[in-house]
Amino acid sequence: MPGTEILRMEHIRKVYSNGVVANSDITFAVNHGEIHALSGENGAGKTTLMKMLFGEEQPTRGDIYINGEKTVIASPTAAIRMGIGMVHQHFMLVPSLTVIENMILGMEPRKGLIIDQKLAERQVAEISEKYNLIVPPHAKVQDLTVGQKQKVEILKALLHGAKIMILDEPTAVLTPQETRELFHELKILRDSGYTIIFISHKLNEVRELCDRITIIRRGQTMGVYDVKDVDEEEISHLMVGRDVALHLEKKPAHQGEAAIEVEGLTVRNIIGQKKLDGISFRAMRGEVFGVAGVEGNGQTELVEALSRNMDFHGGSIRILGKDISGMSIRQLRAQKVSHIPEDRMTTGIAGALSITENAMADKSYNPEFCGKGTLLRKKNIKAYGQKMVERYHIFCKDLDVAISSLSGGNIQKVVLARELSSDPEVIIADQPTRGVDVGATEFIRKELLRLRDEGKCVFLVSSDLNELLGLADRLIVLCGGKIAAYFPDTTAITEDDVGQYMLGLDRQSEQEIAEVTK
Amino acid sequence: MSIILQNIFSTEFVYMWIRVVTPILLPALGGAICNRAGVVNLGLEGIMLLSALAGVLGSAFGGGLLAGLAAGLGTALLVSLVFAYFHLNLKADATICGTAINTLASGFTVLLLFTITGEKGTSASLKSFSFSTVNIPLVEDIPVIGKILSGHNLMTYVALLAVVAVWFLLYKMPLGLRIRSVGENPNAASSVGVNVRRTRYIAILLCGALTGLGGMYMSMGYLGMFTREMVAGRGFIALAAAAMGQSTPIGVFLSSMLFAFFDGMSNTLQLLALPSQFIDMLPYLATIGGLTAYSIQRARKAKRRLAE
Repeated sequence: MPGTEILRMEHIRKVYSNGVVANSDITFAVNHGEIHALSGENGAGKTTLMKMLFGEEQPTRGDIYINGEKTVIASPTAAIRMGIGMVHQHFMLVPSLTVIENMILGMEPRKGLIIDQKLAERQVAEISEKYNLIVPPHAKVQDLTVGQKQKVEILKALLHGAKIMILDEPTAVLTPQETRELFHELKILRDSGYTIIFISHKLNEVRELCDRITIIRRGQTMGVYDVKDVDEEEISHLMVGRDVALHLEKKPAHQGEAAIEVEGLTVRNIIGQKKLDGISFRAMRGEVFGVAGVEGNGQTELVEALSRNMDFHGGSIRILGKDISGMSIRQLRAQKVSHIPEDRMTTGIAGALSITENAMADKSYNPEFCGKGTLLRKKNIKAYGQKMVERYHIFCKDLDVAISSLSGGNIQKVVLARELSSDPEVIIADQPTRGVDVGATEFIRKELLRLRDEGKCVFLVSSDLNELLGLADRLIVLCGGKIAAYFPDTTAITEDDVGQYMLGLDRQSEQEIAEVTK
Repeated sequence: MSIILQNIFSTEFVYMWIRVVTPILLPALGGAICNRAGVVNLGLEGIMLLSALAGVLGSAFGGGLLAGLAAGLGTALLVSLVFAYFHLNLKADATICGTAINTLASGFTVLLLFTITGEKGTSASLKSFSFSTVNIPLVEDIPVIGKILSGHNLMTYVALLAVVAVWFLLYKMPLGLRIRSVGENPNAASSVGVNVRRTRYIAILLCGALTGLGGMYMSMGYLGMFTREMVAGRGFIALAAAAMGQSTPIGVFLSSMLFAFFDGMSNTLQLLALPSQFIDMLPYLATIGGLTAYSIQRARKAKRRLAE
């Protein structure tokens, strides 16, 4: 029945085995036939809540009701059986299999011993026509675009009998056109009686698509609203808990000479697609140079190329006047270039090593720590670790604990300690505050500004526009591997100005963009 | 030189080629199934050796071919089950599990042989059975082709049929789809309710059965008895063939044929006055060469895609 409650998660609490409280008390209810937004900052507990709904985690406390009946969702299989479907942010598809094969996997129609190909084709065709989700059924998934893959995921959930569909930040990887298409399709689904949970912190999208919104912050429900009754400022206030425009005290920038000079940089991915397409810019000493863009528009490749973690396939990069192609990462770092990587758990740290070991990992050949290059000088290392913990306010019981036991914010501070303690001239910071709590975020931002004021070059990539506008002095927007816009002065612009270029709705003229190389 | 060429282009050589491919092709197909399921089964060599001995002992003491077949297959499945349990349930590293099986097999077979026959070298003193040869009616009467295709050991035909059977399994049966998905993206498979562990168990057992047949062919077809270390690296060559054939049945068949060619060559070259050790080396040298060529070609392909 439209309008009746189809799902209720009541007083959900989730404490992970390492003691992290991901959800402290969340109540979340969804009506039949609506598109319901679930919004909150990174780390607010959205993903954990949805994992419990999809049977991937069990709540520590609290109950889940489906159609008014109390249920335990023991596994994803159980969730699927109850009509819950999930479209993960990282697609759950098998690349070398065809669209049909991916969709029927786990519930293959049979004819004797073999898969009934004809029936499978018919099932797929029927459902894809019914909801106007058109994908080439015999294509291999690896040859599809991101948008098409997402369609396959949605179709797969439908084919498996989902009535409640969870979409975890589905637009993060889509182009604006694909996003529009997706919204259109989701509305069709809603009108055919499906219930959709839309996880997002993009307020304009919530506005456009959703009927109601539940806002959570630090593991607690902050409120449920009809989307038409609240404005974006109210929502963001509830999400963050204070006024969003976090304006840091920022002195005027004193631009020095060029620190990073990029000319016609082209990078391809493993299957040869251009991820960066001939971009050029110059970042100076004494400034924070910002890079904005929807995830997957070339930012990762740009940082990997600048930090020598990836070879580039065209153009040139000069850092502090030196051509870096052919340099090893160690040679580059010896030029006083440091890199705060995007994915701190896999690239930023070695999880099983201690705080001290992680903080000195790049200095293991420094005579202070390894004498003549054979044995480690434990005493000096320990003293150094101690110093770093104090200097960067790393909260820990003991210097020797494995770093993976720390919270995200503290882990990031260790990365920061390692990268900033070697007195860098160029700091490449990729998503430095992602998933980091508010206090640590503020600390990290202040550190970056301090370095800028000392005349270093801070190269900042972030998906948080608020952060970019607050920190960066100049800003470029990447869209589809190209520079879509250049803003020489960030004080004069708003998020909306940047947003339209990020989404590819608009594009500056070549002359305007070329200004960035001057 | 001309002697060699004459030999290679003779029906006898082609006949032998098919004969020597049997103990490579069977385990290679098994290895391919495992690869597809995301399990690297390094224990093929050991499984072959153990089932080669078990087959001989089973037929000798069970008084018939069927008993030997049961003993050989049973042993292969049991060892595979142990491998699967350690790797999938106890999460032990597959390489270590496989190596353990190989090391165990080479010592244990000699121990068992010695305990039972009092000899450490061969089972010649036991009266064991072999799989019979099969003459295919009609085909055997065709000139040249009849000589090549007919009159092989039963297990050789089983191996050739297994190529088709594995293809059918992987591409036509629901189990095959699951095996392929589990190997490539286990998270995706389990998110739609496919039991990853069970699928891998099945793959390892199927691999065990095929490998066991390959092992039994060694002692109950290729030779009529068990001799110590008689598998002589064929399990590893099979692994190489599975990898080079990209774990597709046709690819595995072709690369097994390639490796078998050099195995056959080494038989032929014995006619020449070359040191026998050098000749014995050839199949393995070919394996390394084949794998190197394959890797280079793959790297080139990747590079070309990047340069476009």
